Amino acid sequence: MTGFNDKSGPFTHAPTSVSKTMVTVLLALLPATAFDLWLFGWPALFMFLITVGSCVLLEAGCLIMSNKPLKPSIVDGSVVLTGWLLAMSLPPWAPWWIGLLGAVFAVVLAKHLFGGLGQNVFNPAMVGRVALLVSFPLQMTAWVKPAPLFAEKSPGFLDALGITFGHAGGNFDAIGAASALGYVKTELSRGVPVTESMAHFGSSFSLGDMLIGMHPGSFGETSALLILAGGLLLLARKIISWHIPVSVMGTLFVLGSVFHLADPARFTDGLFHLTSGATFLGAFFIATDYVTSPVSKKGQLVYGFGVGLLTWIIRSFAGYPEGMAFAVLLMNALTPIIDHHIRPRVFGRTYKGEPLPLKGEK
Amino acid sequence: MLIAVGSLAVMGATLGTLLGVASRYLHVEDDPLELELLGLLPGANCAQCGFVGCGQAAAALAKGEAGVTLCPPGGKAVAEKLAKKLGVKADLDDQEDVGPQYAVVEEDLCIGCTRCIRECTADAIFGAPKQMHTILKDNCHGCAKCFKVCPTEAIKMCKVPVTLSEWHWAKPEDVADVHAH
Amino acid sequence: MKLFSVRGGVHPEYRKERTSESAIVAMPLPATLYLPLQQHIGAPAEPVVEAGELVKKGQLLARAGGAVSAPVHAPTSGRIASIADMTAPHPSGLPQPTIILEPDGKDEWAELPPGLFDPFKADPQAIRSRVAEAGIVGMGGATFPSAVKLNLGTEKKLEILLLNGAECEPYLTCDDRVMRERAEEMLDGARIMAYALGAPKVVVAIEENKPQALEVVKQAASTLPNLEVVSVPAQYPMGSERHLVQAITGEETPARKLTADLGIVVHNVATACAVHHAVRYGKPLLARVVTVSGGAIAKPQNVEVPLGTLVSDLVEFCGGLAVPPKRVVNGGPMMGQPLPSLAVPVVKGTSGILALTADEANEQPSEPCIRCGTCVTICPCGLVPVEMSAFIRKENLDAAARLGVRDCVSCGSCSYICPAHIPLVHYFNYAKGRLNALDREARKTDHIRQLVEGHNVRLEKQAAAKAAAAAAAAQANAEKGGEA
Repeated sequence: MTGFNDKSGPFTHAPTSVSKTMVTVLLALLPATAFDLWLFGWPALFMFLITVGSCVLLEAGCLIMSNKPLKPSIVDGSVVLTGWLLAMSLPPWAPWWIGLLGAVFAVVLAKHLFGGLGQNVFNPAMVGRVALLVSFPLQMTAWVKPAPLFAEKSPGFLDALGITFGHAGGNFDAIGAASALGYVKTELSRGVPVTESMAHFGSSFSLGDMLIGMHPGSFGETSALLILAGGLLLLARKIISWHIPVSVMGTLFVLGSVFHLADPARFTDGLFHLTSGATFLGAFFIATDYVTSPVSKKGQLVYGFGVGLLTWIIRSFAGYPEGMAFAVLLMNALTPIIDHHIRPRVFGRTYKGEPLPLKGEK
Repeated sequence: MLIAVGSLAVMGATLGTLLGVASRYLHVEDDPLELELLGLLPGANCAQCGFVGCGQAAAALAKGEAGVTLCPPGGKAVAEKLAKKLGVKADLDDQEDVGPQYAVVEEDLCIGCTRCIRECTADAIFGAPKQMHTILKDNCHGCAKCFKVCPTEAIKMCKVPVTLSEWHWAKPEDVADVHAH
Repeated sequence: MKLFSVRGGVHPEYRKERTSESAIVAMPLPATLYLPLQQHIGAPAEPVVEAGELVKKGQLLARAGGAVSAPVHAPTSGRIASIADMTAPHPSGLPQPTIILEPDGKDEWAELPPGLFDPFKADPQAIRSRVAEAGIVGMGGATFPSAVKLNLGTEKKLEILLLNGAECEPYLTCDDRVMRERAEEMLDGARIMAYALGAPKVVVAIEENKPQALEVVKQAASTLPNLEVVSVPAQYPMGSERHLVQAITGEETPARKLTADLGIVVHNVATACAVHHAVRYGKPLLARVVTVSGGAIAKPQNVEVPLGTLVSDLVEFCGGLAVPPKRVVNGGPMMGQPLPSLAVPVVKGTSGILALTADEANEQPSEPCIRCGTCVTICPCGLVPVEMSAFIRKENLDAAARLGVRDCVSCGSCSYICPAHIPLVHYFNYAKGRLNALDREARKTDHIRQLVEGHNVRLEKQAAAKAAAAAAAAQANAEKGGEA
């Protein structure tokens, strides 16, 4: 038999594959995305398609330029996922060039310049978003009130084209609005205590509404409930383990609650932290990105704790209202160190690597 | 503005001075490279590389005066190791990987002249004048000096066979190794 | 008995139902038997017969070649055709010396050494001798000479003889059938071994996916003292002896040490049966049960095969190949070795012959690693396959060794589960082999260096002696001249 010893085995394999994993993640994101596309109307749909489409095209371009095969990266869903997550963190009515530039930052800069699939240090979607945020703060914080498809206030198809491809900046003032975190932070800087601003926004920011998500924000910030459902699907299918989501959300919740108890006027409470911003999206979909998070379970707990801590710090003290993206990028930088120092204990050895002592031996 | 320029200039000057001081007083002497290279060579001083001994060959390698493919008995393995240690890229593709060899005396042709015994650097050949010569396989490292001096061509170089216990798996060829394309 | 959890592991499909429900079938003698001199770990056996000799069944054909070795016996009576090199049932495809025996069809027994009447009153050394003379080796596939393992009782204090009935590999059911059909022989052999080792207790561990075997063995064990039958979770690799010991006792065997250092010796269930026959009746190891399975086999079943039968004959007996197989594997699909062809013999360690179709083997081209970390989660040895394989790919074997690649038992769980189909365990097999080869080369280089130094020292001494002699002669001449 020729070539019989080209492989050493095993000669059986679990029915797992990269594309199956990617498709399951996309499936988990689908309900929330569909809801949000409906919630924000045609412009959101265009933004979404442009972002994802740009990512795929740029990926193909980079692969061709570096003489790498187009399969599997194009068809296994990994770059579609990057584009999808990026789109979910952009303002729904963002102009076309925001999506395109975001794709450039994400796919070309954060992914291919580092070596391609599996080699990037930083989460590509988050690099895209953060680069855009820092470069184009106006467009990236132009949140709109929900204008569901086919509802009265929603722009029609042609109007939407105008919004997406029209004059940069658009005419948002009429229906522009702040996201929950943005509003709270702005009010705080004006001296309005947190409790008041949270109450003032009343119906928009009650727990129920936060979860259901009919309020301004990016895709990831609205529809918290649907995202949570998607996250639970990922857990059930064993795509992710509980370690990162629980440590991210747990840290945020604990810090939020403790400090809210200490100073209710200054700090928002734990539950608000969990349901506002892109917490669920970040905890289940972004921080759990395979390539940029630690491989060991203990390492993942440390990583998740770091993400939660940094998010809370940025949200409470720093200039930006939403801290998850920065927190994730900062912890991505620490992932190699975490992986280097936190390793599982080898069977039969101590943590230092020495053979375990026998009973009666020192 | 002036403060900014001034402070950066002062920082730059300070750090530059520190670097200069460090390069003088923390300088690492004595390149141990030559000793390490010597350790990689077979150490049999067979002189097939053209140098009198492995020590001279190592010195030449360290100075960059010799190529990493200089050692025939070491073969591809040694060449690769030398290339790695020196940090050079060596075109080893056309180097015939003969693999380790050992010498065998063909008893029909041996005339007992002892020339090979005198040549052998590892004292691996046993025999006496006008007596049959034998080479101890385990002590032979394939430098081929005996092969070259034998007047009747009674010595042949054979490839050291891979035994069942020594065989091991080859490196998997990544069929879809995207980095190899 | 309290069980402890074992970290990691995978749960492949059993695929055992094709062969587990039918009884073991005895295969008739083939036309020729090919008996390699090395069917065990250790030094090859040394032949004591020559071509042309007539031998009887059970006669010694090759004696043990050293302290760690095992003899080879004639599985039937016949004529020695020759002793020649033949392709080994080994992934290298290399040849090895093999005794070729042509059966005469009479199946006449040679005179066997008498069995021990009451093994439990005999000297343990006598039991060890019987096991050594019978050529018994670990029949789970490791093929370590069992008599050498039985010696451990003289060196260490032992508590338990653990019988490994886990059989965690997919497809394989030979141990399952042996336990169901030959439980009494197996338990008797186990108790004899425990006695020889000085271990007061016997524990039989059987995976929970074999409920019938559990019942039969429990029944057979109910009348015997100091014998416990335990059901362990069906988790691959539960059959790995270190992990089985951990499941039973909760203790991890320290690296580079034996399970015997924890007071436990592990043996396969088929080995125990062989010990029973050797000690009670003086019969040497002449045949073994092999699971023939896989999608490409027409009639999968468990067969009792005379050692030395060609795999092609065995496959013929099982209805031949229904379709051309993608791989023919010796052993289970996880840790089994690919065979170079069907023209190789069944040996003492052949627990299974699997002819796998392309669907079953599910080999896909490998994709870039996405660092999902699943390999880290399931590694039963606590290693980090993702990092080790990356280092090995870049030929940085030292870094891989520091990460513990030498502690890898090659169970294959990581390769099995990797979504990118990266051949992880193949990298580790390569690394381990290459590191060993480099060690050998280093030792050889040191050896040669010593010889060369000795050579130089000798030459210097000669030169010095010459110089001294010349100086002495000149001195003598000068004195003579002075005198005259």
